[in-house]
Amino acid sequence: MSINVQNLTKQYGTKKAVDDISFDVHSGEIVGFLGPNGAGKTTTMRIITGFLASTNGTAKVEGFDIHEQQMDVRKSIGYLPEHNPLYLDMNVLDYLEFAAQLQHVEKGKIPHRIREMVGMCGLSSVKHLDIGQLSKGYRQRVGLAQAMIHDPKVMILDEPTSGLDPNQIVEIRNLIRQVGKSKTVLLSTHILPEVEATCDRALIISNGKIVANGTTKELQSQFQGSEHLYLEVEREDGVTPEIIRMQLKTIPTVENVECTHELDSSLMFKVTAAKDVDLRKQMFQFCVQKNLSLLELRREQTSLEDVFHELTMEKN
Amino acid sequence: MLNIKHIFFRELRSLFDSPVAYIVSVVFLGLLGWFFTSSLFLANVASLRTVFEMTPFFLLFFGPAMTMRLLSEEKKGGTLELLVTKPIMEYEIVVGKFLAAWMLFFATLLPTLVYFLTISFLGKIDMGPIIGGYIGLMLVGGVFLSLGVLGSSITENQIIAFIVSFLIVFVLFILDKILVYFPGDIATILEYLGVDYHFSNIARGVIDTRDLVYYFSMMGLALLVGTVMLEKRKW
Repeated sequence: MSINVQNLTKQYGTKKAVDDISFDVHSGEIVGFLGPNGAGKTTTMRIITGFLASTNGTAKVEGFDIHEQQMDVRKSIGYLPEHNPLYLDMNVLDYLEFAAQLQHVEKGKIPHRIREMVGMCGLSSVKHLDIGQLSKGYRQRVGLAQAMIHDPKVMILDEPTSGLDPNQIVEIRNLIRQVGKSKTVLLSTHILPEVEATCDRALIISNGKIVANGTTKELQSQFQGSEHLYLEVEREDGVTPEIIRMQLKTIPTVENVECTHELDSSLMFKVTAAKDVDLRKQMFQFCVQKNLSLLELRREQTSLEDVFHELTMEKN
Repeated sequence: MLNIKHIFFRELRSLFDSPVAYIVSVVFLGLLGWFFTSSLFLANVASLRTVFEMTPFFLLFFGPAMTMRLLSEEKKGGTLELLVTKPIMEYEIVVGKFLAAWMLFFATLLPTLVYFLTISFLGKIDMGPIIGGYIGLMLVGGVFLSLGVLGSSITENQIIAFIVSFLIVFVLFILDKILVYFPGDIATILEYLGVDYHFSNIARGVIDTRDLVYYFSMMGLALLVGTVMLEKRKW
């Protein structure tokens, strides 16, 4: 077990920012920590990294307790804090050297580690510039490079792609995936496609509590109530939406039918199927039987976005 | 120890990379030079008395100015989070930064040796008060700067850090000058707490352990409180 969080609670006054959460991250896993702003992601990460102390409960990183063996915990973690704070007046190489020194990288190995990080994070063209002169994308790479300088087993990344443009996001995600091959990564985000794109598993946190935990597929199926089909047929004389609706309802596996749009030339229906039933074939046959011209048939599955929305909105 | 060294060198580099260090030093030396030369030939004595009399007074402003950004800037920029999540203790950060500021003060004092050379051509110098004076200045500087670090540790706003540090050092500075308003027993205690009282002992060329204990315990106390302020986030 790489990260093991047990009954962690953080209380600010009467408000519980993190409320008795427990979870594990296995070695070599990339886990996405997902939740709306203010759900407790940053607080949890800050407790694990030792920036904050928990009110109750504990966590272990690589077997080291965050209270008892703080220095060992910090040595095993590479941490990229939220908003990626950097010394803007230092140049990239000096900064990486400083980070390596503070992480107790052996003096003889420092130049080698810096070269490796510069290569891995694509910093060679900017390595002599002051960090203050760099674009946001490069700063993020510097942040990742300093976090990995001591080759930690565990990476904790707090919103590593926030504020980047779409191309930079793809670059950083690729970098994280590459890093994740050999390291345990816990990354937080409120961007859902990020979890689908980079993570093996997602933890969804809301109001300080973990409300879901599983792979993206598991979460989708777990929260998949029913499947919707959107059906568009050409409008014909003498056929009212109500007639089609009643006819559709006679199909046994159909739970509900709604007419969503009545246009001049076509009619659109939203058909809800019972769980785990694929209605597409039946819909096609239905149209053939009734001699309706099928214009569009579209299936919509529960997306991670829906799961997220459902889990985090109901309590707010 | 190694951590302190790394913090110290990073801070020193950052001080000398930015214009702050140069501005503070130049203004300090400019003011001191003015007071030194304008009274030198009037007094007609080959001594550095002006340097030793004026520097603690200037330090009331320059001490807090040299230290105000040390920790508050790290708090504001979020880089403190980077530092304290590395395998390093809070006191190592505080001490490393304090030593860098002390070093800057030392570097600022160095050019005043030119005055020493000048007057050594003009007349016979009594070395005791000069050596004592410089040691005393470094100690007074150490106390003011450590209190400046303390002021910087309580806020992320540099202006507030400056004002708080200034108030603390100002109180310490005037303590032995307002003794007439206090009854005897309290006056003795206040006198002992005053920075200038101990400085005047050392500046006479007498290095007494009581004065050294005072200076080093003030520095230790200030840095300890500064460390506690950094750890406060965990409460």
